[in-house]
Amino acid sequence: MALKRMLENWSRLRQQDYYADEPYMWGMSIDLNKCTGCGACVTACYAENNLPVVGKEHCGRGHSMHWLRIERYWGEPDDTPEIDQEVASDYPERGAHYIPMMCQQCNHAPCEPVCPVVATYHSPDGLNTQVYNRCVGSRYCANNCPYKVRYFNFFNFWEGLPHPLEMQLNPDLSVRDKGVMEKCTFCVQRIRSAKDSAEDAGHPYHVEDGTLMTACQQSCPTQAIVFGNLRDDESKVKGLWASHKVELDRYEQEKPEDIRGYRVLEELNVEPCVMYLDRVRDTEA
Amino acid sequence: MSTYSMKDIEWAKINKDVLASLESPRALFWVVLAVCALLVLCGVAAEVYQYNEGLGVAPMDRPHFWQLYISNFVFWIGMSHSGTLLSAILLLTKADWRKPIYRFAEAMTLFSILTAAIFPVIHLGRVWNMYWVLPYPNERGIWPNFRSPLLWDAAAITTYATRSALFLSVGMSPALAICQDNARGWRKKLYTALSMGWMGRASEWMAFRKTYVLIACFLVPLAVSVHSIVASDFAMSIMPDWHITSFPPYFVAGALYSGCAAIITLFVMLRYLFKFEAYMTTEIMDKTAKLTFAIAMVWNFLNLGEYASIWYSNDMFEKEVLLQKFFGPYAPVVWGMLICATVAPFAMAFEKFRHNMWAMFWLSLVLQLGMWLERFQIVSPPLASNHEPWTWAVVWPGTVQLTLTAASFGWFTMLFLIFCKVFPSVSMYEVKEMVFHRRHASSRAEMEDIGKIKDEVVRSEEGLA
Repeated sequence: MALKRMLENWSRLRQQDYYADEPYMWGMSIDLNKCTGCGACVTACYAENNLPVVGKEHCGRGHSMHWLRIERYWGEPDDTPEIDQEVASDYPERGAHYIPMMCQQCNHAPCEPVCPVVATYHSPDGLNTQVYNRCVGSRYCANNCPYKVRYFNFFNFWEGLPHPLEMQLNPDLSVRDKGVMEKCTFCVQRIRSAKDSAEDAGHPYHVEDGTLMTACQQSCPTQAIVFGNLRDDESKVKGLWASHKVELDRYEQEKPEDIRGYRVLEELNVEPCVMYLDRVRDTEA
Repeated sequence: MSTYSMKDIEWAKINKDVLASLESPRALFWVVLAVCALLVLCGVAAEVYQYNEGLGVAPMDRPHFWQLYISNFVFWIGMSHSGTLLSAILLLTKADWRKPIYRFAEAMTLFSILTAAIFPVIHLGRVWNMYWVLPYPNERGIWPNFRSPLLWDAAAITTYATRSALFLSVGMSPALAICQDNARGWRKKLYTALSMGWMGRASEWMAFRKTYVLIACFLVPLAVSVHSIVASDFAMSIMPDWHITSFPPYFVAGALYSGCAAIITLFVMLRYLFKFEAYMTTEIMDKTAKLTFAIAMVWNFLNLGEYASIWYSNDMFEKEVLLQKFFGPYAPVVWGMLICATVAPFAMAFEKFRHNMWAMFWLSLVLQLGMWLERFQIVSPPLASNHEPWTWAVVWPGTVQLTLTAASFGWFTMLFLIFCKVFPSVSMYEVKEMVFHRRHASSRAEMEDIGKIKDEVVRSEEGLA
């Protein structure tokens, strides 16, 4: 059956960009100038995607399941004057960079070819999809992910969830069992329902920009996160990518230095779909 | 030491000595066996605990998604390689000193594959679904991912295990026929079944020779391909310090290295436990040690080549991992490896050392420790300092992983000792050949006569049939 399908679609399978004709490719832009590191997006992600709260002890051992995390870095630009040590110890957050890091939905995802059972594959709308039911837990994908944004259920974290708490779980997606890999899906349940609504409204291949928001985008108080369709010329995210001269199909962007757009680790040629806008700091302040 | 010391052994004595090994080993045999069985039981307990609780108890975490289980897997697969080297490659190159020791080396191959095969299974998050990795027909038409090196692993290892078992059992059939004549009870039934009706006729011998060489020819490429595929688990990834082109040859050399060290260990062990002093001579040990030394130097060359290529590539990520390896938290492992696997083998450059059985025994353990550490430093340090600095973390394997590691050594040694107790671990007919050749090494003419006699015997047998 699979072989028959393969033979029938051989020319399409041999195509360089398999999903080139698809109307959707979901992408994101995150403005680090606007990010305050408040963590609202992380909380929203936990609520939306049924992420288990593992507790302090597990968190310390690297078992936390935050699909979206705020990374903090204290690397200073070279020309920064020394931070006053006394002030710094009182306010350790001072001078930190915040980077919200989630699955970058790479178009050349290193996690996809290594999965022995094809539990992770690329969907036609540009998502790096994880099929929980198919996953056997070899964890090769997580090793091969340069961003380390894949999370493994090292335990059954849902065991012993006290009674009314299961009522707060999102019914639109499953909870994951022990031994399964999971990661950010760009809120695929929202994407699916938005597509369905668009179809019901009579325009099946066009989700209106702005009608679809990911949980993190929705909850960001400074609107640092913009999500949308990179194949839609009208979309805000496409406009941001264009104005910051970040293009797909590149491992190095040709652009002047004062333009802030970049993709994390794009030199690895993994084609991430998330663009970050660098933080501009007044180093004299 | 006389090179031809073995020529004085009577043929009947060979049978008697080897068959005695099936009956009365030294008391230490039972002690070792009991210890191994105990280790296996501990391992089973640890695995049951881990199965019920989840892999987090190992402990594993992000970014250490792989740890000891994978290094052990590489270690055991590696160990299996020198058995093939000794039995197949040296057979084809007609190195006759392999004859008294190749049988146990082959058994070692089979059992280390069986040990290695445990690890990819227990390291899966959902062990109960492991058969999904195999391309079996199913009603939904779902195939495994043929691009994944893990799938190549599954294919390579099952091929290798089948082929090694076949080679071992075919090679053993003449010997089992001898055992069959001297056995009673369940042993008689077992040997009769496994010797496949061997009568020892000349036509049988000729067919046997052909089959044996043919299987050996198939085994030789496997010895290279299996560990290359294991290497591609790492080399095919994009992780710094895993994504290295020279990994396949490096792994194959490392495999042969640790395997040869294991052969030396088992050589001395068997020689003592089963009183094989007359067959496993210092001459053979000398040759094995020289072989090990040569392979050790190849491995060292490739290791240095890897360091050099990383250093001169000036790749930011790879260089970071390399520096972390030498000066970071995993430095004791890396330096330990260099002392055990790079410095220690130079002891084998001295003849006096090579001829001292117990010195070689301890050295071989040191070499194996070095190679085990090598596998650990391949797997863990690159994960600890990966592309994403925010996730950098150092985690050392905990009780469950260490217990299962110890259990794997117990499991291997247990299987191996049981094999040696049940099956003749020295190849009787090949030792006889060796003794014969050494007795008659001076007279070439006589050897040629043998060929004529053989032809005549075959002709007469054909007439009978």
